[in-house]
Amino acid sequence: MHKVYHRVHNIAGNVINIRAEGVRYRELAEVTSRNGTSLAQVIRLQDDEVSLQVFAGARGVATDAEVRFLGHSMQVPFSEALLGRIFTGAANPRDRGPELSENLIDIGGPSVNPAKRIIPRNMVRTGIPMIDVFNTLVESQKLPIFARAGEPYNPLLARIALQAEVDVIVLGGMGLKHDDYLYFRDTLEESGALSRTVMFVHTASDPIVECLLVPDISLAVAEQFALEGKRVLVLLTDMTSFADAMKEIAITMEQIPSNRGYPGDLYSQLASRYEKAVDFDGAGSITILAATTMPGDDVTHPVPDNTGYITEGQFYLRNGRIEPFGSLSRLKQQVNGDTRDDHRTIMDTLIQLYAGYRETLEKQSMGFRMSDWDAKLLKYGTRFEKEMMDLTVNIPLEEALDLGWAILADCFEPMETGIQSKLTDRFWPKSEIGDQKSEVGEEAVESTEPAPVEA
Amino acid sequence: MSQTNGTIVGVNGNMITVEFEDAVSMNEVGYARLGELRLMSEIVRIRGTRADMQVFEDTAGLSVGDAVDFTGDMLSVELGPGLLTQIYDGLQNPLPQLAEACGFFLQRGTYLPALPRDTQWAFTPTAAVGDTLTAGESLGTVPEGIFEHRIMVPFRLRGRYTVASVAEAADYTIEDTVATLTDESGATIEVSMLQRWPVKMPITAYAERLRPTEPLVTKSRTVDTFFPVARGGTFCVPGPFGAGKTVLQQLMSRHADVDVVVVAACGERAGEVVETLREFPELEDPRTGKSLMARTIIICNTSSMPVAAREASVYTGITLASYYRQMGLNVLMLADSTSRWAQALRETSGRLEEIPGEEAFPAYLESVIASFYERGGVVTLKDGSTGSVTIGGTVSPAGGNFDEPVTQGTLKVVGAFHGLSRARSDARRYPAIDPLDSWSKYVSVVDNDAVEAGRSILRRGSEVGQMMKVVGEEGTSQDDFVLYLKSEYMDSAYLQQDAFDAIDGATSAERQQHVYGAISGFLQTNLHFADKTKARSFFHQLTQTTRDWNRADMGSQEFKDIQGRLEHMVSEAAVNA
Ligand SMILES: Nc1ncnc2c1ncn2[C@@H]1O[C@H](COP(=O)(O)OP(=O)(O)OP(=O)(O)O)[C@@H](O)[C@H]1O
Ligand SMILES: [Mg+2]
Repeated sequence: MHKVYHRVHNIAGNVINIRAEGVRYRELAEVTSRNGTSLAQVIRLQDDEVSLQVFAGARGVATDAEVRFLGHSMQVPFSEALLGRIFTGAANPRDRGPELSENLIDIGGPSVNPAKRIIPRNMVRTGIPMIDVFNTLVESQKLPIFARAGEPYNPLLARIALQAEVDVIVLGGMGLKHDDYLYFRDTLEESGALSRTVMFVHTASDPIVECLLVPDISLAVAEQFALEGKRVLVLLTDMTSFADAMKEIAITMEQIPSNRGYPGDLYSQLASRYEKAVDFDGAGSITILAATTMPGDDVTHPVPDNTGYITEGQFYLRNGRIEPFGSLSRLKQQVNGDTRDDHRTIMDTLIQLYAGYRETLEKQSMGFRMSDWDAKLLKYGTRFEKEMMDLTVNIPLEEALDLGWAILADCFEPMETGIQSKLTDRFWPKSEIGDQKSEVGEEAVESTEPAPVEA
Repeated sequence: MSQTNGTIVGVNGNMITVEFEDAVSMNEVGYARLGELRLMSEIVRIRGTRADMQVFEDTAGLSVGDAVDFTGDMLSVELGPGLLTQIYDGLQNPLPQLAEACGFFLQRGTYLPALPRDTQWAFTPTAAVGDTLTAGESLGTVPEGIFEHRIMVPFRLRGRYTVASVAEAADYTIEDTVATLTDESGATIEVSMLQRWPVKMPITAYAERLRPTEPLVTKSRTVDTFFPVARGGTFCVPGPFGAGKTVLQQLMSRHADVDVVVVAACGERAGEVVETLREFPELEDPRTGKSLMARTIIICNTSSMPVAAREASVYTGITLASYYRQMGLNVLMLADSTSRWAQALRETSGRLEEIPGEEAFPAYLESVIASFYERGGVVTLKDGSTGSVTIGGTVSPAGGNFDEPVTQGTLKVVGAFHGLSRARSDARRYPAIDPLDSWSKYVSVVDNDAVEAGRSILRRGSEVGQMMKVVGEEGTSQDDFVLYLKSEYMDSAYLQQDAFDAIDGATSAERQQHVYGAISGFLQTNLHFADKTKARSFFHQLTQTTRDWNRADMGSQEFKDIQGRLEHMVSEAAVNA
């Protein structure tokens, strides 16, 4: 029934041209030459001329290759059987498991009606104080990690995935180093999380076009799970590889670049993926965490720049730590008012004092005189970096808040922190204030909260 | 209207090339047939017998040989009672009704009527049989929420018309005839409450356009005092990502002293619109006591929705805004972000293989931006009343660098520039409007000399601050140091505003005059301190106290008390005390 053609009259980059009729835009075809078979997708129709992008690349495609149209666009099988499995960017098994071909769903589907979204309201706990306390992650948020190439963003993603309370994890790997792919697989396996995970992995050595498919396939699968009521966490790493794949293809297609070689629709392309993050009114949710490497550590590079305009905040990973400045969860205020009464105050105070510490460091390096206050800040900053910022720290939010109080009490007098006395009376570690004070603190007596643990 | 047919001969992204037979016109709308579906498209170029059309939907599945039905009409919106409180996509599809029809996802090819057909409106005639009228003049009114919604002679009618009949006061639907008119040649025209208007054409059925002079109070102190907006004026808010453009627009949409607000979310996050559309119905408009939604129209074409409709969305928004201006109302139109619309133009231009300008934007970008902002303005209507459309657009410059085509093209045409700075937003100095870079050509709500004096303190204080980074506090003179502290005080106590505090977040013009008067009095006082530490701690306390003042209700005793304390503090530190 489907038409077959045998004459390829033009090959450039990953794109082949044939003359054909009745072909539909975005339709898939199978391209077979002596050297193998690959899927290809229609990317342009002009009169009887059909341009196809070959997923495995045009290398080895012969002018007499067989082109067989399939009558549908890119699809992916969806079922519970996906869980625990690993696929390529073209959705072929990468593990030893069987091919899946049932219940095919389209990828790159339409966007959610904004009227069907709800305001996000659930915190995602990660056990990482720099996230939980300072930039709380929220269910249905879309958030990238901005990092230089060498930073441990993949271990960070893996850790969040393991600790977040979600039903399904979808990992989309783009341009992933083979070692990193194995790292993800082994880490998830060891912790028993692989059975709730499905992975679509394009490694650096796979065909570039397959890289382009990874976000759409991952998100289409995530969407189905979410519609079934599941809370899904999607990890996309590295979105800069995805953007670079788009750039490479745009340039071979002779499209006019807009900025440093990237196509003019970079924003729309990235946005249509990130906007799949959603909390459905009456079903599950999709949360997206992505890694975006910054070429030249430059946040104004088109990929991080466009990403920042799309996502709901960003985490900067620098020297193995989440930077408190610049990092921002734009949705945190939706949830951090309902965690514990001291959450927002601790968040603001610790960061303000840490900013003071940074200023002091600068003054110190310029040889200016150090005051008593500077000495206190130096002590504080050192403890803060070691006990809060270090990514190996793994404690629940409440413990992190208590730790915050303990560090404050170790370095400052309550007055110096600028925290209102209502809160210091209630939360300031008792032994540091002394007996006298705690008798005066009426609120502390009224409080039903258990006394904070001492450091 | 002529009905022409065409055939698809090419598909490239959201662009189709169509071979046509009979006449078509530029910007004419056609529907590409995909099985049962009909995908709305617009002609953007004609060459010989082929037209290039941008499709407002995903084009997957279209094929060479598929039919296109031309409509003879340009892209138009429905105008009539019932627009307020609606949530539309860029093509004026009502999103809540779309959700009822299609569920979670937007289904391409589904178009619903923008205005409900069965609602009854209580029509009161104002024109009488025999009256001679022109486009835009009233035939009658219907109450829509708190407004008298004018039913007007359709804007498309040129020349003079005589009222042949007008319906009596009763309930009608928007499609019922409420008047018949005869033109100069004697032909009869039936008029209902519903009219259609092509979005890319300005509505000009008014008597005269005026210069914007009256301030539009936004209740943001930085804006109203230092970089004011005028009713009928235009302003832009460029800034890097996360600097606070959207928050600033959300605040304006809540607090601005206008009758109607049209919010066009153009190519930005869906989540932000959800906040507005879920919260506005719950919030009270202090001017009317009604819900804020009652004065609001939301046009929502977020970043993952079809790109071509993004461009349409700002035009849909401005058309609806201009329609309410015709009723003698003050309308604020907010667009977030105009850069996304410019990028949509760039994508279209790229597919048409036009010769690109700077950063691949089309060469006509500037004139497109200019003619959009030109659609704002204050006008006198034919009945002598006035109405205004004020336009505020955010700009999202690549890399946060204002030296790029969209920002520059916008700065050339607007009357006020609220530039957001990364340094200020990183330091959480909200609103992050840069007090040194921004400007406005409109009149402040406070006395101009006092504003200039304040500006000068801000500028000189910042210079001292820069220098102090190099030479340290030790190397700065006492006088300079106090000047620096004064500028910091002005910043923390007046420019910065806590958006989440009910009182501090919205400062009326009257209160701005009062508070700014007091603060500039403080700043003009010569202050003396024993040393820098004393000076610092004085200003620290003055700032804290002023911030408390900002949170106190203006009529309250607390407000008076704090002002007394502030004055006392300053007089104690004054040189001659
Ligand atoms: N006036 C304000 N008061 C308090 N917080 C603010 C204010 N303005 C902005 N913020 C903070 O900054 C974040 C980003 O603001 P906003 O969404 O307005 O940025 P934007 O300039 O629109 O960014 P983008 O270009 O990415 O859309 C907010 O989520 C909020 O946390
Ligand atoms: Mg924004």
